[in-house]
Amino acid sequence: MALKMVKGSIDRIFDKNLQDLVRGVRSHREDEAKYISSCIDEIKQELKQDNIAVKANAVCKLTYLQMLGYDISWAAFNIVEVMSSSKFTYKRIGYLAASQCFHDGTDVIMLTTNQIRKDLSSPNQYDTGVALTGLSCFVTPDLARDLANDIMTLMSHTKPYIRKKAVLIMYKVFLKYPESLRPAFPRLKEKLDDPDPGVQSAAVNVICELARRNPRNYLSLAPLFFKLMTSSTNNWVLIKIIKLFGALTPLEPRLGKKLIEPLTNLIHSTSAMSLLYECVNTVIADCCVCVKTDTCPRPPQLCVQKLRILIEDSDQNLKYLGLLAMSKILKTHPKSVQSHKDLVLQCLDDKDESIRLRALDLLYGMVSKKNLMEIVKKLMVHVDKAEGTTYRDELLTKIIDICSQSNYQYITNFEWYISILVELTRLEGTRHGHLIASQMLDVAVRVKAIRGFAVVQMATLLDNTTLLAGSGQHKSICEVLYAAAWICGEFSEHLEDPVHTLEAMLRPKVATLPGHIQAIYIQNAAKLFAAVLNGQQGTPDCQTMQESSQLLIDRLPLFVQSADLEVQERASCILQLVKFIQKLQHKEVEVGEEVTALFAGELNPVAPKAQKKVPVPDGLDLDAWINEPPSESESEDEKPVAVFAEEELRHARPHHTEVDEKELARRREARKQEQANNPFYIKASPTSQKDSTGVEHIPVVQIDLSVPLKVPGMSTSDKYLKLEEERRQRERKERGKKEKKKKKKREKRSGMGRRHDSGPESEEDIAPAHMVDIVTEEMPENALSSDDDEKDPNDPYRALDVDLDKPLADSEKLPVRAHRPTNILKSPADDGEVQEVPKEPKKKSKKEKRDKEEERKVRLLWLRCPNGEIQCTCTKSSKHKKKKQKKDKEKEEKKRKKQHGHSGDREGEESVQNGTLEEEPLPVCDIQGNLQNGSQVVVSIIFENKSTSFLKSMEFNVLDSLNSKLQRPEGSGPHDGLTVPFQLPPGVSNEARFIFSVQSIVMPQRLKGTLTFIVKADDSSTHEKLDFKLHFTCSSYLITTPCYSDTFAKLLESADLKGTSVRLQEVSLPFHHLLAKICFHHHFSVVERIDSCASLYSRSIQGHHVCLLVKYAHQTVTIDAKCDESSLLGNVLEEIKKTFSQS
Amino acid sequence: IICCPPPLQMQFMLLFSRQGKLRLQKWYVPLSDKEKKKITRELVQTVLARKPKMCSFLEWRDLKIVYKRYASLYFCCAIEDQDNELITLEIIHRYVELLDKYFGSVCELDIIFNFEKAYFILDEFLLGGEAQETSKKNVLKAIEQADLLQEVRLGGGDLHGI
Repeated sequence: MALKMVKGSIDRIFDKNLQDLVRGVRSHREDEAKYISSCIDEIKQELKQDNIAVKANAVCKLTYLQMLGYDISWAAFNIVEVMSSSKFTYKRIGYLAASQCFHDGTDVIMLTTNQIRKDLSSPNQYDTGVALTGLSCFVTPDLARDLANDIMTLMSHTKPYIRKKAVLIMYKVFLKYPESLRPAFPRLKEKLDDPDPGVQSAAVNVICELARRNPRNYLSLAPLFFKLMTSSTNNWVLIKIIKLFGALTPLEPRLGKKLIEPLTNLIHSTSAMSLLYECVNTVIADCCVCVKTDTCPRPPQLCVQKLRILIEDSDQNLKYLGLLAMSKILKTHPKSVQSHKDLVLQCLDDKDESIRLRALDLLYGMVSKKNLMEIVKKLMVHVDKAEGTTYRDELLTKIIDICSQSNYQYITNFEWYISILVELTRLEGTRHGHLIASQMLDVAVRVKAIRGFAVVQMATLLDNTTLLAGSGQHKSICEVLYAAAWICGEFSEHLEDPVHTLEAMLRPKVATLPGHIQAIYIQNAAKLFAAVLNGQQGTPDCQTMQESSQLLIDRLPLFVQSADLEVQERASCILQLVKFIQKLQHKEVEVGEEVTALFAGELNPVAPKAQKKVPVPDGLDLDAWINEPPSESESEDEKPVAVFAEEELRHARPHHTEVDEKELARRREARKQEQANNPFYIKASPTSQKDSTGVEHIPVVQIDLSVPLKVPGMSTSDKYLKLEEERRQRERKERGKKEKKKKKKREKRSGMGRRHDSGPESEEDIAPAHMVDIVTEEMPENALSSDDDEKDPNDPYRALDVDLDKPLADSEKLPVRAHRPTNILKSPADDGEVQEVPKEPKKKSKKEKRDKEEERKVRLLWLRCPNGEIQCTCTKSSKHKKKKQKKDKEKEEKKRKKQHGHSGDREGEESVQNGTLEEEPLPVCDIQGNLQNGSQVVVSIIFENKSTSFLKSMEFNVLDSLNSKLQRPEGSGPHDGLTVPFQLPPGVSNEARFIFSVQSIVMPQRLKGTLTFIVKADDSSTHEKLDFKLHFTCSSYLITTPCYSDTFAKLLESADLKGTSVRLQEVSLPFHHLLAKICFHHHFSVVERIDSCASLYSRSIQGHHVCLLVKYAHQTVTIDAKCDESSLLGNVLEEIKKTFSQS
Repeated sequence: IICCPPPLQMQFMLLFSRQGKLRLQKWYVPLSDKEKKKITRELVQTVLARKPKMCSFLEWRDLKIVYKRYASLYFCCAIEDQDNELITLEIIHRYVELLDKYFGSVCELDIIFNFEKAYFILDEFLLGGEAQETSKKNVLKAIEQADLLQEVRLGGGDLHGI
């Protein structure tokens, strides 16, 4: 009802309101962009009007356009205008627009501080409310610092409506300005007992969020919250408190025990699912803690039961959450979850993919040796019927994850696993060919006993190339051939018919495969060839050898023509080798052994972090300077270098001594090439040798008998599943008899230390089908055991980690009503000494430093100006005259500065120019815009030599920014310095001018530079460097330009100028002095002055008009300003403000 | 790359239509416009692609997304990993109830044409990503009083320049 009346009245007033805009947008679907750009033009016109109602309407429309994705940041200033309207209607719209589009980078935010403060203290609670709401969206560190005290006061407001909002927004303030936490915390704590439940719940919310980030500091509040938990009936509050306890229990395990009872009661009694879910989650988390400390009262049986009910529920949401929570229990109590395997498998059939994926996650943790094959079988069925490749790919990766987890811990039969992998290759269009390939390689390399079987399977795969390569667009699956070819080549001794496989690898169709796979094919064809030669060695029949040489010579030329460099190179290399061998064969020379030697050596996998874990040997400090004595901090428990080196030598691989140097080099080359294309890296080490001898003792063949190794054609994993079941049954029967034997075996196994025996007892009963030898990944000796888990230094909550019980120090009290409360300056007598402010927020410190620095510069300029002189510049000053005066003054000032340099308080100012080196010249500069050229700024710098030495070869250089560049003579590079055209004898000063080109003048600029020079003393000369910063303020782009009052009035009337205003409080200067200051520092000229009111004018070098109206009353100065460039104006006003805040 | 914003109870709330048009957005974390647009585009696509019978939660980057469809509008919230999905669903539902009470059986057009009102209601209900008022009655009372204030002020309002 109220709404309708409001709508009606707005309709009457404006041409086009929000509703019209929305309607327009909806009816211009085809040319939306065009329509909106015309609307934006209209809005721009509306914003230029003085009527605040029109402006508010325009801003409201902009907010809508912002949601449609259009940029409205250009109107930020207008939004501020609407925010500061005294009418609630407009204020509300202004704040809404601000909260939607302001962010940390919005520069006009700094203008809002006082307006927001005013609104916060408004007698109307809705004004305050709207300001708080807005603030919660765009609070910046500056706002948080300046307003923290005001908001804290509001926490004790008479209206609960305001208290509640103030409490909630405090959390945002803490995040942005962590120093406010300690002073505000006591009051926040009081709010836990607030009579209004809304305020109370807000306080719980905030403390809970704080405690979740840094729980240690809130342990002392536990009893209070415990009481709240048992008394509160508000589910929302309860959930928060329970969450809080979830964060506290890891620190105080006793708390966990105490919580179990009330939580159990809640679980039993509550009807709210959200509360139940929160309780269950917390109990689970508690139990995780309990498990760690061995004090777990009982397994969370109750939770699992409740979760089962959730999972069985028809509501998809509850099902999903039930599975999610279940996976958390799984981590600590796998057994209590495993009994619900049926339920989880059932979920795999759910229509909802996200539920299926959750169930898959659970399965990962539920597998054991006993059920792995069964679960994977079920998954394979799903793979077959899965529609949509995404889910199928997900299933594929899960199958591989499940099988390969913890170093293949649950796989008892690797033949079965290889068969599964081979079956997976038949999936069409999968993206995970490389995953399957890397599994094949990994298993074949690391499980030695399986190599024979794997090679046979891979040979079959190679034979069926057409199947794979022919199947079309999705090339990823060919990656499997990469693995297949490599395995067949590397372990060729297991091949039944190497010649046939060799033929398969050199079929013309191979040339259609990707280059890197072809390269592997060729390299491994060479390996196979070597194996064939070696196999036929000694037999009288040399036909096979000659046939295979001929095969290679016939087929390889195709690859020599390949466009892939790698393929081409390898093919031509091997072709020549084979031709050479063929020649030798014709002479009946035995070459088999030599050729095999090309590929000798065993491969072992290297752990991924091996290199990183090599300990730094004692005495080697990687950070120390090489030619300086090493630092003293060295750990003593590490072995000396000699041991490390000696061991390496002892285990080095024996060389083939008969091979000559050349041959060796060639082999090395071949080896290197192969390494580059192999996923495994070869390295000789003690472990590999031990393993290769150890493997002989394992009775592999005995048990193998039960499983036929040779499966004709493609294997099906089901066959293995059946066989495995039979085998297990048989074994169970025989177990009694073989007890003794088995024990022996197990001893041996554990002696090898290759497997974790962590499975439950029943699992241990299942013996692997054949004793598999998983080669452990190689690690360097003395490998460092664990990676350091360092805390993230960028954690935004780190700053909030403070002791809340410590009494407050004076320095910590929140700043009250001051614009820059941290810049406390001493009396002018010792200016330049800037007091170090304790506990400045880290982020801010840089900015503060800048402020201080700037302050100093400005201060130095004006303090010594006699009034008369300034008066003169105010009324009408020629540019040259003024400049001269200024320079003179600067010279004097510089001396003053010099004296302060002696006072020694230089902390925190090291990076700041002048004064770190006492004898050096101190440049003092003047920055002036060039009236003739809108993009030029002239910087005049006075160099004065204060030392007693002669200075020469001065070079001035500045690091250019995108916006401002030092103009250098033609032909010099962008980083070259400029030579200062004079030398300085002791005590002499001179001025040099440098021209900078500036593109945009609306923002202040800061440039870093260096001055290098040679100091010539009587007997020696040294090269010295002095760093400095140039600060181009926006005021320095203004040029004092006289203006007549009638022109001035016309300017003000024109619609092009946008206005803003500033208020300076507690200014105690006389008004004429104040005007003089503005004129002098900011290059303005007075147009007219009537009593305590004056108009001022200035122009920028790019022709922007800047008009000021300065009013002075009761120590408060109001400056209303207008300019056609709002950000320039904003910056100039900010600079003016700064000038006065320093006094 | 989007840098991870400081996690809060709720990171943002989006309302969009079945056609993927954004109807309302509220961000409780400071992000640049570019990032906001990117996130919105990505999420709208992901949520619209989900089948009707699927559950209301999904994991997205390191956040959890809770969404629910009411008639032609999707309400979509992002919460942190440890937060409670069910309570977030309740918050969404509560907000829908509030809109319904205020507009009187709310429909998508109400939100389109009075989007600022929809924001005002949301702001009275959630502040900085936290639920500030659990009582529906109180929220509506606050909104109505503020509206009344607007009406009175507007009635006697004069148009004035600077």
